[in-house]
Amino acid sequence: MPEGQALRAEPPALPLKTSARGDWMYQATITVFAAAIPLLLILIAVSIAVAAWPALSRAGFSFITGSTWDVGRGEFGAAPAIYGTLVSSAIALVLATPLALGVSIFLSEIAPKWLRQPVGFLVDLLAAIPSVVYGLWGIFVLVPLLRDPVGPFLRDTLHLGSTPLFSGPNYGYSMLAAGVILAIMILPFISAVTREVLLAVPRSQREAALALGATRWEMIRDAVIPYARSGIIGGIILGLGRALGETMAVTMLIGNRAEISSSLFAPGYTMASLIANEFSEATSDMHLSALMAVGAVLFIVTLLVNAIARWLVWRVTRGGT
Amino acid sequence: MSRRGRQTQNTVMLGLTYIAATIATLPLLLILIHLLREGAAFIRPSFFTEMPQPIGEAGGGMANAIVGTLILVSAASAIGLPIGIGAGLYLAERRNAPFATAVRFLSDVLNGLPSIVMGIFAWEFLVRPFGGFSAIAGGLALGAMMIPLVTRTTEEMIRLVPVSLREAALALGFTRWRTSITVILRTALPGIVTGALVAIARIAGETAPLLFTALGNQFWSTSLREPIAALPLSIFSYAISPYDTAHAQAWAGALVLIALVLVISLIARYATRARFGLGGD
Repeated sequence: MPEGQALRAEPPALPLKTSARGDWMYQATITVFAAAIPLLLILIAVSIAVAAWPALSRAGFSFITGSTWDVGRGEFGAAPAIYGTLVSSAIALVLATPLALGVSIFLSEIAPKWLRQPVGFLVDLLAAIPSVVYGLWGIFVLVPLLRDPVGPFLRDTLHLGSTPLFSGPNYGYSMLAAGVILAIMILPFISAVTREVLLAVPRSQREAALALGATRWEMIRDAVIPYARSGIIGGIILGLGRALGETMAVTMLIGNRAEISSSLFAPGYTMASLIANEFSEATSDMHLSALMAVGAVLFIVTLLVNAIARWLVWRVTRGGT
Repeated sequence: MSRRGRQTQNTVMLGLTYIAATIATLPLLLILIHLLREGAAFIRPSFFTEMPQPIGEAGGGMANAIVGTLILVSAASAIGLPIGIGAGLYLAERRNAPFATAVRFLSDVLNGLPSIVMGIFAWEFLVRPFGGFSAIAGGLALGAMMIPLVTRTTEEMIRLVPVSLREAALALGFTRWRTSITVILRTALPGIVTGALVAIARIAGETAPLLFTALGNQFWSTSLREPIAALPLSIFSYAISPYDTAHAQAWAGALVLIALVLVISLIARYATRARFGLGGD
């Protein structure tokens, strides 16, 4: 077989039979590689399901509803971790969504050309910082900040201390710390998707609004955002998917206590941090299986969330171009 | 609303987006500045060549963790790159086949899977049956995380190759597979390399999957069958220890890790720009 140069006038002299076999082998190889992706997902699902089965079958539905996670007594109720996952992700979404929307509108509609690249780059870079570095920064910068100026400010200056959300002692390591760090971490994901769908909105949509005498804000509010709405929602849900499964930074900041507390100053657990924190100490088979079951719940939840998000984003970017 | 009211509203809302952009870029700057301030003083040549001191004692380096991370990333690339590039080729060539649509969707789903789920899967699949934590299990977990990223960028880059190039090669008598490999893949290669770099940058800092697979190692080890040290794992264990000297090491390690990740990201970004103009597409 002669070594083929990329573009050569002489056709490579290959007998037809060999070429047909080569084509077949090439097709077979790339098909196998492509099939590796569904296979991998099935493998993940099956092996986690098998490992989780002992704990799930023993506890039944109370695995999700039970609020006692007591390793010593062999009682495994994942409700505190599920609650913590939902609350910390909710805090993250509440903080990150307006910011991400603002940045995306700024970058796609308002910013002067020379600013778009650098600002977009800086926001994108947030996604490149490893989770463990966020955790490190959180321990030494964010937690002390929440402990002193922010906590007392919320409680005393804004008089929120009497509400259940901000009651109780404030050690810094808390649901709030986890939510804030998650907000920073998912911001680049939401803003990347939002920017993309905003840019996919046709020019004519904007020109029509401006021609009718709209101000630029009215154009954005009435012509651009409605057109991109389901894509924006998709981006937010994608951010939610990230927040639900984020592990290291949350484990380092949330305080790791399996209790449900209404106060955001109180420590908590998320599903991911529960697994990360207890896995190395799990000695009994049932404890291990229970942690696997938490992983299974996390797997199913993120799978659903991601599937919904992708579907929403696809609808806009497909229809828009 | 009066005309003036509408103008005011316009100014206020547009001003708010400027504020949002400012706030959004702040955390990155704060983190980088803090890292440099805390970590830079501890970065000496010895940091890269010496082994870690027992925890709580000052000095020492992270030579084993740096080498460990390089080994893990290489093992992950050896698994993730061929599968990802192959799958990307398939998706680009069979663009509209139902199976391709399904694989594309599942690869997005895989991409959104939390890394900790990948970690417990690798533990269940590779660590438990084979009786021990190992570098190869860590490499496999990270490699599996690379697959969806590499697949998507490969597909996109191959789609950018003009059809006329493929037609020209076929017209010259090239077989289909040689056209794909020597013409199409060759043309898209710089873009694919960029995608690979982005994927590597992302997994180099992953910690959660390694807790269940590579585990970390205080000693020098380059064996794929033994637990191996990794920068993110060392940063984690130093960060949560109570000693100031350990914290200093954590900052220094984080600075090295960030530098590694950012340099790879910047190379990837610059390479894309040079090739395809601004924006990368």
